[in-house]
Amino acid sequence: MSHSVELHQVGVTFGATRAVDDVSFNVEGGEFFSILGPSGCGKTTLLRVIAGFLHPTEGRILIGGKDMAALGPNQRPTAMIFQSLALFPLMPVWENIAFGLEARGVAKAERRRKADELLRLIALEGFGDRMPGELSGGQRQRVAIARALAVEPQVLLLDEPLSALDLKLRQHMRAELRSLQKRTGVTFIYITHDQSEALAMSDRVAVMSAGVVQQVGAPRELYDNPATPFVAGFVGETNAIPCTVKRIEAGIATVDSPHGTLTARAGSALAAGKAKLYVRPEALKPGNAAENALSATIERIDFEGAFALAHGATDDGKRLIASIASTDLAAAPAIGARARFGFDRANAVVLPDG
Amino acid sequence: MAELYRRFGGGLGTLFLALVGAWLAGMVLAPNVMMIDYALRPNLPPSQIGGPSDVYSLDNILYLANEGVHRAIFFKTVWASALVALVTFLVCYPLAFWLAQHATPNQAAVVLLGLTIPFWINEVLRTLAWYILLAFRGPLNAFLLSLGIIDEPVRWYGDGGVLAGMAYAYILFMLFPIYNSIESLDKSQIEAARDLGASTWRIHWRVVIPHAKAGIATGCVFTFMLAAGSYVAPALLGAPGSRWFTEIIYNWFFEGGDWNRGAAYALVLLVLCLAVVLVTLRLARVSLTEVAK
Repeated sequence: MSHSVELHQVGVTFGATRAVDDVSFNVEGGEFFSILGPSGCGKTTLLRVIAGFLHPTEGRILIGGKDMAALGPNQRPTAMIFQSLALFPLMPVWENIAFGLEARGVAKAERRRKADELLRLIALEGFGDRMPGELSGGQRQRVAIARALAVEPQVLLLDEPLSALDLKLRQHMRAELRSLQKRTGVTFIYITHDQSEALAMSDRVAVMSAGVVQQVGAPRELYDNPATPFVAGFVGETNAIPCTVKRIEAGIATVDSPHGTLTARAGSALAAGKAKLYVRPEALKPGNAAENALSATIERIDFEGAFALAHGATDDGKRLIASIASTDLAAAPAIGARARFGFDRANAVVLPDG
Repeated sequence: MAELYRRFGGGLGTLFLALVGAWLAGMVLAPNVMMIDYALRPNLPPSQIGGPSDVYSLDNILYLANEGVHRAIFFKTVWASALVALVTFLVCYPLAFWLAQHATPNQAAVVLLGLTIPFWINEVLRTLAWYILLAFRGPLNAFLLSLGIIDEPVRWYGDGGVLAGMAYAYILFMLFPIYNSIESLDKSQIEAARDLGASTWRIHWRVVIPHAKAGIATGCVFTFMLAAGSYVAPALLGAPGSRWFTEIIYNWFFEGGDWNRGAAYALVLLVLCLAVVLVTLRLARVSLTEVAK
């Protein structure tokens, strides 16, 4: 079976700016695929290239095995959901949803039937004759999705559609998007700068920075095995400890650091020399028991509900963050005290300085 | 009004209101009341003004209703003005769309300047330029003859000449309202429509034009009113067969010496224009306040 979407060495140049540089990846049919990166990393440009609004400077894009080079956005088997949603404010909801069918010459009665069917799918039955302005943010969101699904696209492209919603609604819509995607079986390509959004919803995530795809992988893989310092720093919280690699044996690196000798998994392409050791806050356990230990002076402890974050300063003036489960808070080190945090070598990774 | 007083205080606020009031009363209300007064009185020698025969009647207006040639010219002026508005719209809409959605700021500046510069000279001179261009032995005929598109010179003066001169004269009144309204359209609406498979025609019909409706109605109303009240273009670019109603009003005032009948004709034109405008706005479901914006 061919991939749903294939990108081969896609590059986009605007004048002197290299917005997308040599991007290649495949998205499988029925996959929820996210492109995660900070604003300005080229992810929206990449999405617009897939949709057909922009022509890549070089490279090829295949959807369902067919080259898209000669096809405009209205001829591609994709549908896009815009950041602003771009609902047509002067058309009632059902006409919005059926607009793509109208463009395909479907008769009015059939359009209405299809719109009502989609309204049921998004749990907005009976809202067909309202105007988009009369709906709440979350409802408009769902109408935009229904409008895109109405043309039965192979691929749905979503450009940060949740960014305008408040936190509670955003979390609710995440689950809804995810279940809608599984029910319809349509391939989703989802753009976001919010890493928790990408991790929570996606089957796989591509992390982008400065026009380059840093790593493609399942959320767990990105989190546990970041391939580059950028991924380690951008996906989730992490502590970066500067160090020098002494030796690498059987995938385990032994490094010199201001905290003494430490061991951790060696990242790919790691060689002797300057590097950084990355360890997640939740991998740090107060106490001295483990094989590796970091020491810091505790400055404050922020209670976040399910856990608390202990912020410390190391002797060389770097920040250190450790997560402590609320149930263990009684045993937490005191503020102002010097504390040691141990971690298992399997929970830390050493990557070359990039 | 309370806002005006709050901002400028009692003295200055009252002064502003008085100025606006004086303007409205002196420049708008009084001339129109005088015109209605003239229209309803008979044309009498000075000695009989104020005498027993100086009474209000509809005679002047009925004269127009019974005078076949004038009546025909009147209705022709109305539909020809509508045609001017339509042609101007067809010229301006693509330009306004391009300016508002596609042109770079530099391109827009150059085009708008190019369109505005001709309006730095007087309307009569601008129309004279068309008079020269469209002359029987003028440049347009020479150009078309040299290309072999026509075999002998065309007499452009007449309906075609008047239409061209007016469409040109009122282009900015159409362009700017449409440009302003299209500019406020979110680009992603057009992209969304395109992405859903809509043709260019459908994007305009279903998304752009409904959004720009108020601007389009404003431009058409302006152009229609200006065309119906135009004098220079028909006088210079017209032919005996393309007389405009304003020319007949002019004749009553300055050649027939009958100000009362001229005023009655002008009144009828004014009322009909108002009716056309209000009906148009009603049909387009645009309110007068939207036009005023």
